[in-house]
Amino acid sequence: MSTTSIPAGTKWWAGGRSPFNASYGKIMMWYFLMSDAFTFGAFLISYGTIRFSVNHWADPNQVFNAFPFAGHANLPLAFVSLMTFILIFSSVTMVLAVHEGHKMNRKGVEKYMIFTILGGLAFLGCQAWEWTHMITGDHTVLVDGVLKTMGTTVTGNPWGVYADPSAVTTALQNTPDANLASIVHSFNHNAHTADMSRSEMISSIQTAIQNSSLHITTPGPIAFGGYFFGITGFHGFHVFSGVVINIIMYLKTRLGHFDQRGHYEMIEKAGLYWHFVDLVWVFVFLCFYLV
Amino acid sequence: MSSPHDLSNEITFHPEHASGTGRIWRVFWILSVLTIIELALGYLLYAKHGQWSYTPVITTKIVIGLLTLAKAYYIVSVFMHLGDEIRNFIMTIIIPLILFVWFIIAFLADGESWKNLKNTDGHSRPDATKTEQHVTPALHQGEKP
Repeated sequence: MSTTSIPAGTKWWAGGRSPFNASYGKIMMWYFLMSDAFTFGAFLISYGTIRFSVNHWADPNQVFNAFPFAGHANLPLAFVSLMTFILIFSSVTMVLAVHEGHKMNRKGVEKYMIFTILGGLAFLGCQAWEWTHMITGDHTVLVDGVLKTMGTTVTGNPWGVYADPSAVTTALQNTPDANLASIVHSFNHNAHTADMSRSEMISSIQTAIQNSSLHITTPGPIAFGGYFFGITGFHGFHVFSGVVINIIMYLKTRLGHFDQRGHYEMIEKAGLYWHFVDLVWVFVFLCFYLV
Repeated sequence: MSSPHDLSNEITFHPEHASGTGRIWRVFWILSVLTIIELALGYLLYAKHGQWSYTPVITTKIVIGLLTLAKAYYIVSVFMHLGDEIRNFIMTIIIPLILFVWFIIAFLADGESWKNLKNTDGHSRPDATKTEQHVTPALHQGEKP
């Protein structure tokens, strides 16, 4: 491309009229979001392809059934519903901020930007809790003829099918004492396993299996952890950068930059990004938690 | 007070911005109701786990997927104001995204095909998982009905 004879300071996009009747910045934000949609779409389709290619996949109602301060209560879909409504509500406060911007109402924009930022931080807090709960969870799994406790990580997870009861009985005899102690702790946090003999721990585990307070599974598909943490992490990083962008927009609003400029279009552009984050969550919610 | 209409002189005409917030709140309620229906169907899948055959399960999942697309439409069209842009611009965004229709069909079918090839050693033996499915629930230890 020729780079000759371009006068310094040429305003390429300020000459005539935009063929799309929108400013350069807004159009480019849309095209960025479209490319981001392809990135997320590629991740989710890759996840779907691998999920379709195996005979057993993790059951979301089994994986995501916990709620903060609810202990071992079985509450499928509850926590992720809370996260979804937090994000929908912060999307509403964002669009209300854009609306106040159209009316050139600085106080209104400030108020709704604060609500939007708080919603984003609440979502990130929920995700931090969920990740911690999944990584540090201790579920009993039958691996290589012995039992051990396992959380959900990128290298393994406990979300396979239920283990064969006779294989579990054999495995219990071969399981080292340290593993037995952590299994007893997983269903009885107050157990003093240091004072328990090996046979006491085994009989405690057998009782827990019989009264359904302990379910022993085989390891789940390894790809589950990578896809779950990869995709929700990539989405969470978008939420985080959205919160940072919104904080910058709030500060610029407070400093009166948009009043000086004569319009609040920057709030609209930040809003496009924020709504996109909500839009992606709608699909992540579908692919990981609902179906 | 300066008017938002001196936004930029490349803008030929400005879409009318509604003075009230009625439309925003209406879409909020639509999104909430759609999400609640999705959750209800999700719980239905959970309650019927192991009881339903393939067809009702996949039908429910497709309905949840369609509800998700409806939510996406409302977010993009109203919250992101894409519906207020001019048609040519909307088309430059929407038409490339239509590629996803084919991506989803092609890749999920390919995943299904890998599974069948693995289960049958490249169609050299019958698929054991197809016949095992009826006895699998009996193997589940301590499973709630």
